[in-house]
Amino acid sequence: MITFKNVSKRYPDGYIALNNVDLAVEPGEMVFLTGHSGAGKSTLLKLIAAIERPTSGVIAISGQNIAQLKPAAIPYLRRKIGFIFQDHKLLFDRNVFENVLLPLQISNFDNNTAASRARAALDKVSLLKREKVMPITLSGGERQRLCIARAIVHRPTILIADEPTGNLDVDYARDIMAMFRSFNQVGVTVLIATHDASLLEDTQHRILSLKQGKLAA
Amino acid sequence: MIRAWLMQHGFVFFHTLKRLASSPVTALLSITVMGIALSLPTGIYVLMENLQSVSGQIASSPQISLFLKQDAKKEDVDKVQQRLKEVSQIVNYQFIPKDVALTQLQQNSGTTDIAANLAHNPLPDAFIVHTREHTSDSLEQLRLAIQSWPEIAHVQFDSAWIDRLNALLKLGRSVVLMLATLLSIAIIAIMFNTIRLQILTKRDEIEISKLIGATDSFIRRPFLYFGAIQGVSGGITAWLIIMLGIDELNRELTPLTQLYDFNIQLQYLSLQDSISLLLFSAWLGWLGARISVANHLWQIEPK
Repeated sequence: MITFKNVSKRYPDGYIALNNVDLAVEPGEMVFLTGHSGAGKSTLLKLIAAIERPTSGVIAISGQNIAQLKPAAIPYLRRKIGFIFQDHKLLFDRNVFENVLLPLQISNFDNNTAASRARAALDKVSLLKREKVMPITLSGGERQRLCIARAIVHRPTILIADEPTGNLDVDYARDIMAMFRSFNQVGVTVLIATHDASLLEDTQHRILSLKQGKLAA
Repeated sequence: MIRAWLMQHGFVFFHTLKRLASSPVTALLSITVMGIALSLPTGIYVLMENLQSVSGQIASSPQISLFLKQDAKKEDVDKVQQRLKEVSQIVNYQFIPKDVALTQLQQNSGTTDIAANLAHNPLPDAFIVHTREHTSDSLEQLRLAIQSWPEIAHVQFDSAWIDRLNALLKLGRSVVLMLATLLSIAIIAIMFNTIRLQILTKRDEIEISKLIGATDSFIRRPFLYFGAIQGVSGGITAWLIIMLGIDELNRELTPLTQLYDFNIQLQYLSLQDSISLLLFSAWLGWLGARISVANHLWQIEPK
């Protein structure tokens, strides 16, 4: 599903975020990505969604080399992916429902289908009762769930989460991990970056560890 | 798919209208500015169209004066009359005998004294001829032809004023063109700036939309709609300004036409010109928005 071959990313200031990374994630797999902050976790995730482009190497998503993707093709790649951003990236001038609707409007869904899908996504993260409120009034955990709803509403094949439990207390974090597992169980490939060791204690899923831009064995 | 696409466009259209309505003062101000800017060249254009149709009416039968030789006899007059009937370009003619011409001269207030002191009638018999010819070239040819008749002393026609009027209209047309060009550029600049400010305030929305798979055309669409809608609103404003202006001028003209005993009413913008005005103004707004979007969107790349 996701393959990295000799992928390096060097920023214009000379900082090397990723150094010759090889990686393969199978379809339907759930994988954790750990490492200290600055180890290159976010960069790796951004490379998958073509938010950053690699300096060298090959990145294949479903067999498509995205390192050489034309700019006009990038939106269609991103529609296959649900991305949960570290800084949420919610629209604060739209209510909860409209935030979740956005990916569907972008993908040209008709209004009725879009509305029912958005409500279904909100239901999955238990935010249906709050669809009319503005995101500013939501708690941290609720905002995180709103991000998840927005990431899954267009039914992506790949779900990527960057520090999804960042500032949440343990109970909230457990809820959110349960959600990811349930998405994985219906066939979604899930990739979660986290530095939260407590999340990884009793997991049977594969754990990839990044250290200074290199993947540890 | 097409239905969804249409719904998308409909959604963006109404969303844009809502956005315009949400800041009515700003919207009205820029629409008024655009309307006034558009009404200037269009107004001059309308006045020129009117002038041209009036001049067309007058110039449709140019007048030529034929002066016979001083010693022309009754037979000569008949001969000329006969010849005039044969010339196809001539619409009609009027014979003015020298006695009548002198009487007219005597009645004319400014020349009474001169005419009274004349020992004998210095005026020749004359014909006033109306022709179908318009251009000064064909009139000149006709003049030369008539000039060659033996009974004719002098042929005179006043083509100078037609030439002058045409030159004036040509000048007016280039003024309209210049004004239209300059003000169109101004409108594009206004729209460029309006859209630039909008893009800046919608930075987050654009960035997030790009992150979750929006194509460039999806992101551009609301701004282009905004430009076109505001442009067409400016066009409608200009149209109203011109219609009201002509209405007012016609009201002022009515007593004048009664005094001078001729009937001139200014014509309004034709349907075709009205549609052209609206389409052009929509295009201007769209173009300003398009240039602005092309210049600013690429600067917003998600990081």
